[in-house]
Order: sequence, then C-alpha cells, then structure tokens
Amino acid sequence: MNNALSRFFDNRNVLGLLFMVPAVALLVVFLTYPLGLGVWLGFTDTKIGRAGGWIGIENYAFLVTDRIFTLSVFNTFVYTVVASVVKFVLGLWLALLLNKHIPFKSFVRAIVLLPFIVPTVLSAIAFWWIYDAQFSIVSWMLMKLGIIDQYINFLGEPNLARMSTIIANVWRGVPFVAICLLAGLQTIPPSMYEAASIDGASPWQQFWHVTLPMLSPIIAVVMTFSVLFTFTDFQLIWVLTRGGPINATHLMATLSFQRAIPGGALGEGAAIATAMIPFLLAAILFSYFGLQRRRWQQGGSDK
Amino acid sequence: MTRITRRRFLQAAALAGATLGAPMLARDAYAQELSFKPEPGAKLRVLRWKRFVQGDEDQWLANTNKFIEKTGIEVTVDAENWEDLRPKAAVAANVGSGPDIILSTNDDPHQYPDKLLDIGDLCEYLGKKYGPWYPSAQAYGRSGGRWIAMPLGSGGNCMNYRESHMKVAGFKAFPRNTDAFLKLCQGLKKNGTPPGFALGNATGDANAWCHWLIWAFGGKMVDEQNRVAINSKETAAALEYGRELYQTFIPGTLSWLDPNNNKAFLSGEISLTSNGISIYYAAKTSKDPNMRKIAGDMNHAVFPVGPVGHPTMSALFFTCVIFKYTKYPNAAKEYLRFMMEKEQYEAWQKASIGFVTQPLTFYERNPVWTNDPKHTPFRYSCKNMLPNGYAGSLGAASAGCMADFIVVNMVAESVSGAVSVKDAMSSAEKRAKRYYR
Repeated sequence: MNNALSRFFDNRNVLGLLFMVPAVALLVVFLTYPLGLGVWLGFTDTKIGRAGGWIGIENYAFLVTDRIFTLSVFNTFVYTVVASVVKFVLGLWLALLLNKHIPFKSFVRAIVLLPFIVPTVLSAIAFWWIYDAQFSIVSWMLMKLGIIDQYINFLGEPNLARMSTIIANVWRGVPFVAICLLAGLQTIPPSMYEAASIDGASPWQQFWHVTLPMLSPIIAVVMTFSVLFTFTDFQLIWVLTRGGPINATHLMATLSFQRAIPGGALGEGAAIATAMIPFLLAAILFSYFGLQRRRWQQGGSDK
Repeated sequence: MTRITRRRFLQAAALAGATLGAPMLARDAYAQELSFKPEPGAKLRVLRWKRFVQGDEDQWLANTNKFIEKTGIEVTVDAENWEDLRPKAAVAANVGSGPDIILSTNDDPHQYPDKLLDIGDLCEYLGKKYGPWYPSAQAYGRSGGRWIAMPLGSGGNCMNYRESHMKVAGFKAFPRNTDAFLKLCQGLKKNGTPPGFALGNATGDANAWCHWLIWAFGGKMVDEQNRVAINSKETAAALEYGRELYQTFIPGTLSWLDPNNNKAFLSGEISLTSNGISIYYAAKTSKDPNMRKIAGDMNHAVFPVGPVGHPTMSALFFTCVIFKYTKYPNAAKEYLRFMMEKEQYEAWQKASIGFVTQPLTFYERNPVWTNDPKHTPFRYSCKNMLPNGYAGSLGAASAGCMADFIVVNMVAESVSGAVSVKDAMSSAEKRAKRYYR
C-alpha cells in the first residue's frame, strides 16, 4: 500500500499536476471566478445590493438599440486606435533618440518616465485645469499672443473633447512604450548593423530591415499592453469629463461604471463590461498571431 | 448601576400628569419629550457623507461627542464621499451587516425599504415637537405609509448672483418668474457678465437646475402612476426656453462638472449660477480680499417660478436610516433624536451657515436664516423643492434615471442644438422606460 502511494507520488504526471494546484487555485479564485461572475451578471437584471434573475440576452438586446452605448463603442474605438497609433509612433521615435549617444543619457531616460510615474488621477487633474473652459493656460497663452480671441472649448465640444482626452492619454502612455522599446533596441546586436553597413545599407534600410524586424516581438507585447490600457481607460475620462459633453467621451468602461455603480443597474453595467471582452481578445490575438510571426521577424513578408 | 434615565423620569412625570386627571397634559408631555432607553453596552457605527462645508462636519462631531458624554454610548462616525457611500449603503442593506446608521442621500432608502427599521415613533415625535415635516421631507422619509428614514434636511440650492451686475442689467430685485429671468440673463450676457449653469455630467449642479427647468414648465419624468411622461409638450416648452437661456451662457458649460461654476463665480468670470451656499461660504471665509469683495457683492435668490405656477426647485436631500440588522435600535434612535433636538440641530445649521435646510418648520426661526440676509433665500428650500422622480414615487427607478443623467443629457443636447428637441425627448423617454418598467 505504502509502496503504491509513493509510486503514485513519484509519477511525473501526478507530481506535475500537484505542483500546479496552487497556481491554478489562484487563477480560479482571483481571475476566472470574478470574470465568470461578471459575465453571468450580464445575463441578469441584478441591481446593486439586490439579487436579480436570469433574463438571457435582454441586456445586450437593449444595449444594441441604445444610442449612448453605441456612441460609447465608437468613442472607445476612436480613443484606442488614435491614441495607440500616436503612442507607438512617438514612443518608437523617442526610443530611437534615446538609444543614440546623448549627454546625460541615464538622466534623460529617467525624466522621460515621469509622466508614467505620476498617478493617473493627479495628471488627470492637471489636464483638467489645462483644459478648463475659463482658466486654461493654453487658451490664456494663445490669447495673449493674439492667436485666438476666445477661450478654446477643450472639453465642451465633442470632437475637441475627444482630441483633448486622447492627448492626455498619449502624454501619459508614451513613456511606457518608449522605455520598453528602448530596452528592445538594446538587445539588437551591434554586429547586425555593422554587417548591414558593410553591405551598403542606408540608415533607413537599416531601420526597415534590421531594427523593425528584430524589435517586432517587443512591439507585439508593448502594443498589446498599450491597447489594453487604452481600451479600458477609466480614470482620465472620469476626472476630465465624466463622459461628457453629452456623452461624447463616454468610453465603455466609464459607461459601465456609471450604469452599474451610481445607477445601480449592476446587470446592465456588467453586460457593457462583458461586451469589451471580445474586442480585447481580438486585440490580443492580433498581436500574438500577427506581429509575432517568425517570417516578419526575419525580415521577410507574408506570401 | 441604576441610572435614572430621562425616559423613566418622564414616565413618572407623565404618570403624575395623568393621575392629576389631565390627559391633555399627558399627551403634551409626550409631544414634547421622548427618549429611547439605549441597550446596555451599546456601540454605534455611523457612516455619513463627507462634508461640503467644514463647519458641518465639525459641529456634527461636536454634537456626537456631547451625546457620547451624556449617554456613555460609544459612537464612531466615518465619512465618505456621498457618491461612493450610495453603493456601500445598498450593499450593507442587503448583506445585513455594516454601520448601524447611515446618513444617506436622495432616493437611496427607497431602494431597500424593507431592510430599514421602522422609525415612526421617532419621526412622529419630531413632527409633533418641531413640525410639521414639509411635504418633500415626508416624501423622502416615508414609504408605504411607514417611516423608513428620518429626514435630515436638504442641501438647498439657490440662484447665486452678483448684485452690481444685476443692477447694471436693469434689475433692482432678482426676477421671480422665468420670463423675467431670461431677460436678466440676456442683459447680463450683453454686458459681458454672463451667467453659467453646468451642463456636463455634474451630479449635483446639473441635475439641480435641469430638473428645475423641466418642472417649471410642467414637464416631468413620470406621472403619479410612475408612467414615463417626459415626452410632452410641457417638456418641449422647457427645452425651447432652455435654448434661449443657453445662448446667454458663458462658453464651455457643456464641459462643466460640479466644481466649475464655483470656480468661475469666485473668479468673477460669471455673475449668475445655481449652487448651494458653498460658494458664499468659501468667499466669506476666505482671506483673499478679492474673494471677500465677491462675498460682499453676491447674493442669493430662490429659483424663479415657471408657467406651472409653483416653485419647482430640486435639491440634494439627506436622510438618516437605521438598519434592521442593528443590535442597538434604541441607542440608534436615541442618537438621531438627540441630533435633531433644538440644542444640537440649530448649532449644526449655524456651523454650516445653513448648508442644510431643515425638514421641520420649527427651524425656520433658526437665527442662522436671518443673522445674514444672504442666508435667507435658503430658508425655505425644503418647502419649495420637489422630490426626485416627481411626480412618481421614489425608488430604484428614480435613482437610476438621475444617476444616468437622463434629464441632464436631454437638456444639454437639445439646448446646445446638438439634437432636436423632439429627438432629445424621445431618446430620454426610451432611456427612462428602461428604468421604469
């Protein structure tokens, strides 16, 4: 008996499973269960503090016809796509600059990280003042310079408000992209650039055929994170506009919160949050199966 | 240890009165004094909204300390931002544990009436002694014929205006009806001292004035039977009026959240807005001479009355609830009774220079309303206000509609011209029906 038990535990498969139990338990308790609960809530009419009943896809059926929800989906897409692209371009540019030999290199690199370190709420409040309809420093400066004759309605006009929130998001997100890409740049062996220049490659060709392919695994990871952060952004919008003006900057995350917590419609809020999952999954899958292709990394192209 | 409690003393006194063969006297004695005998070893946890003006919190705690000294009951008071407090209270109600007393806001108690202790005895007593309760207070305190919450008062709203600017615009006194009000706003705009009212998702300020606007013209979210009635010619009239009013606003109000109008008023950018007494409080207690100057020049007025013919202001309303799960119901009732008695309540109103308007008529004579004439317009806030969800009942639906900014969005998108009046109303109607079903 004893022998059988020890043989049982000596079995590699059993042992493997056994060692996985703590990790699996953590994942189930802290990730799978809350996620599952959220998805389930989306199919109920639960109110805050009051258990609800199963109503099937009624929440989703309503949301599809809800002008504010569809607007929030549109806003979320604009916000995510524009902010992510700008963050990537600026981040890559910044990383390339920082990778050059510049005076006070480490000091400059540390400075660049600052916007990322400041708590989002604090930087959001700073932007709130910068964008204020009456006290904006930007408007004030432009007025003094005689460029405009009226304060800019940064957060009061739908498209301007979208742009303003995106700029604030970019300001905050660029350092993260830049520093990660900088780390990636430094893993590229100098010998490859040497080989390329011996072959007579121009700097542009070096960037296109050496830097970018070698960097693409890092880009995939960084941009996945960046897209996820942007897509689920909440604090910035909540402080700056609370989704206004007239819901022009409501993201899915902020609308979900507004309906679920202050509004008490937990079920509907959960449905909005759940509706974000497919988009997020798509973003992740794209970066993993797209950007991480070996052929791309080796400088080839899809056939 | 035997303590002669007030109640026992009163019982004896009442008995004495009764034996004298004067039942009237006995009833008067009951009407004047009541005391609950706290459970031995009682401890109370009170959760309240975070102050809007400092004096409120200081005096509330001072009154609480007085209660602690007097009764020996341990009371802890925690404060949280009122918007964060709302979901917490709902969870406490349904989980069945948490603070014994919550100072809640607006329709919250009506979302879980059966979890709340019946405090009819306390409210009847207060109503007799200091009342009657205003109709709005009764609407917020009672549910299904039962007192579920003790009205504490409202964070009154008034028009805040600059007297000198109003005079330049040709008005000696603040207009009392909506037509004259529009003329005042147009005059102010022409003189370069425009008004400004929040139209962003500002929970307090935008909801307050947008509801006033709709109600002033006879529009309402739902009728008496809780049927959605927002899509009406009355609402349309209100929105048309709002369009003209909006033309006079300072640019940028669509982005305004709760703090914006305070900032703009205190810096002299606008000369008229709607707010609680907090702007005046800040100006009056400031050391900055510019702010003091504004405090001297500013004044308050009740909201103008619209074609509907009666006051239609909207305000944040405060109530106190005791949860059924509390182990010390008597101690909790005694605490609330103590806080509402003249000695404490008047001092509390005074400390917050009238930020909270009384729900009971007696406190109209609190000197705080007359020692500074600029406080006086706030005096009748509870009397003049309509409850949220008017003309229907309070509950999850009325709370949800307000939190989802249905009225604010409707007003903002139609007065700014982003959407036609008709579309704004039908979209609001559709959203409201989702809550009232």
